[in-house]
Amino acid sequence: MLNVSGLACSRGERRLFSDVGFSLAAGEWLHVQGENGSGKTSLMRLLVGLSPADAGQIRWRDEPTPSTEFRRDLIYLGHHAAVKEDLTPLENLRLAAALDGIALDERAALVALIRLGLRGREELPVRVLSAGQKRRVLLARLLTRPAVLWVLDEAFNALDVAAVKLLGELIAEHLSAGGMAVLTSHQPLPVPGGKALVL
Amino acid sequence: MRQSIIQWFRFGSPQAFYPLAGRLIPWFWAATAAFGLAGLWISFFVAPTDAQQGEGYRIIFVHVPASWMSMFIYLVMAFWAGLGLALNTRLSGMMAQSLAPTGALMAALSLWTGALWGKPMWGAWWVWDARLTSELILFFLYLGFMALQAAIDDPRRADKAGAILALVGVVNIPIIYFSVKWWNTLHQGSTINLTKAPSMAHTMLWGMLLMALCFWMYSIAVALTRVRAIILERERHTDWVKHAVA
Amino acid sequence: MNAFFATVRRDLLLALRRKSEVLTAVFFFVIVTSLFPLGIGPEPVLLKKIAPGILWVAALLATLLGLPRLFAADHVDGTLEQMALSPSSLGLLVAGKILAHWLLCGLPLVLLAPVLGLQFDLDASALGVLTLALLLGTPLLSLIGAIGAALTLGVRGGGVLLALLVLPLYIPALIFGAGAVEAHIAGLGAGGHLSLLAAMLALAVFFAPWATTAALRIALE
Repeated sequence: MLNVSGLACSRGERRLFSDVGFSLAAGEWLHVQGENGSGKTSLMRLLVGLSPADAGQIRWRDEPTPSTEFRRDLIYLGHHAAVKEDLTPLENLRLAAALDGIALDERAALVALIRLGLRGREELPVRVLSAGQKRRVLLARLLTRPAVLWVLDEAFNALDVAAVKLLGELIAEHLSAGGMAVLTSHQPLPVPGGKALVL
Repeated sequence: MRQSIIQWFRFGSPQAFYPLAGRLIPWFWAATAAFGLAGLWISFFVAPTDAQQGEGYRIIFVHVPASWMSMFIYLVMAFWAGLGLALNTRLSGMMAQSLAPTGALMAALSLWTGALWGKPMWGAWWVWDARLTSELILFFLYLGFMALQAAIDDPRRADKAGAILALVGVVNIPIIYFSVKWWNTLHQGSTINLTKAPSMAHTMLWGMLLMALCFWMYSIAVALTRVRAIILERERHTDWVKHAVA
Repeated sequence: MNAFFATVRRDLLLALRRKSEVLTAVFFFVIVTSLFPLGIGPEPVLLKKIAPGILWVAALLATLLGLPRLFAADHVDGTLEQMALSPSSLGLLVAGKILAHWLLCGLPLVLLAPVLGLQFDLDASALGVLTLALLLGTPLLSLIGAIGAALTLGVRGGGVLLALLVLPLYIPALIFGAGAVEAHIAGLGAGGHLSLLAAMLALAVFFAPWATTAALRIALE
């Protein structure tokens, strides 16, 4: 469903990578590896359509991206916290869903937050949560947003051992339900299988 | 026919354009000198003394061409910037960047000569005449464009952001000009109209035309020189530049 | 359309949690209008004459003050990125943000201006025209200002650069907005000025979100 070919990217004058290609079908995931500065984040941003590529093609369901369908099927979690600190986790989830045009009732949002271990903190402003808990609020969007392709850039950072295990479970569930994922990480990932791409 | 069109597109790359510009520049300087000498001669020796304004009016031979060029250059700059945004070409953005300082210079020259004209005619260094005020605003638009490009580190982002600003500016310039004209007539009537030129003798028109051509050739020569410097700076990591400056 | 209203709701909710930011723009408006009599002199006839201009310039500057905040916070915490990736049209979300910005920064000025106009001894009908002119003009200022805010997102020298870019573009609104009140006072009728303001507003409603969206995508690259 996802076909990438001939991607090239430069940052300023440096050519980061060229001729990068891969495909993913339902249930598969890609582990993007490389040293610091090798262009992992740039590749993620290129993939989701935030940055333009110097060359190459990305096709989703045989249509060139970025398309509305691609954006509907996609969820991207990058380095930023991507949560509003002055709102509560519950408000964050519900507003993010409303912005995306997705119906999300309060019950479903609460279920997601509880699964991510935030019981009792749903109504506190995110400001007062710890860094790890803030990350969990972001990860809760994986459950409330029915995306097919998960693009997670360093998602396992700032997570404690329990959270790492939880995220691994979430990804595994997603894959077995027919979803796809592209992950970058410095650490070995608690998700079996997977193709590798080294930049 | 198709072959020759493809030949022209070749010059869309900075590497090919650099030597072409280098060959063209001396010709434009020559044209500048030729038109300038002819224009100045007509301005000072051939055009008759004006009945109302005496000799002082001769500054219009610099003021009016400078105004024309300042507006024309903005249009050209916006065109190149827009082209670069639409086609994602590097050279177009570089052309826009190289035109901006010359356009700003023309606007500043127009303002300065306007002031020099105003003092003997109206007794004040500045009057809020519609044309001068519009010229001042155009000057600000140039400064804004240059400031924006200077503030953004990534040259590609600077090109694109500048393009949007230039295009927004192009749409706004007629609106601004119209509104300033309205403001001027509403408040001051038709008493102050600095650029109401004396009834044009044939020779005066020729003088202004020749000076305008002189400024045009100058602008092209300077823009080409500047774009060569920009090309060297932006492409400094490529092999051909390393050879060229070695 | 739901995404549009959701964005408005979101920005209003966020502003409510940080009321001080909204109130500073309003206080700024009040302070700046008070500066002019202090600088020029308290002569009532003169003040009455220059009041429309003063109130309009102060409104321009107060709007300018609030513009950097339009996108900066969302840019820093990464929510702007998420909006750019949303299946909802970014232009729609941006339009929602601009509307929220106007409700928070522009509308208070519209409501406050008649009160401040009394300080300058403007009569009731002139105050009415002033309010109407600001009602048409302040959304125009928010729309044009949004383009500048998007272009200077994350750029060095942000606030001052934004002012340099946006103030020349504000001039037509200033001329027709202040001109409307002055024309009314002079007995010439404000209809022409107000119609032109309305026309500029209509133009801006169509083009500004589009230009702002393009500038935002460039800033996010």
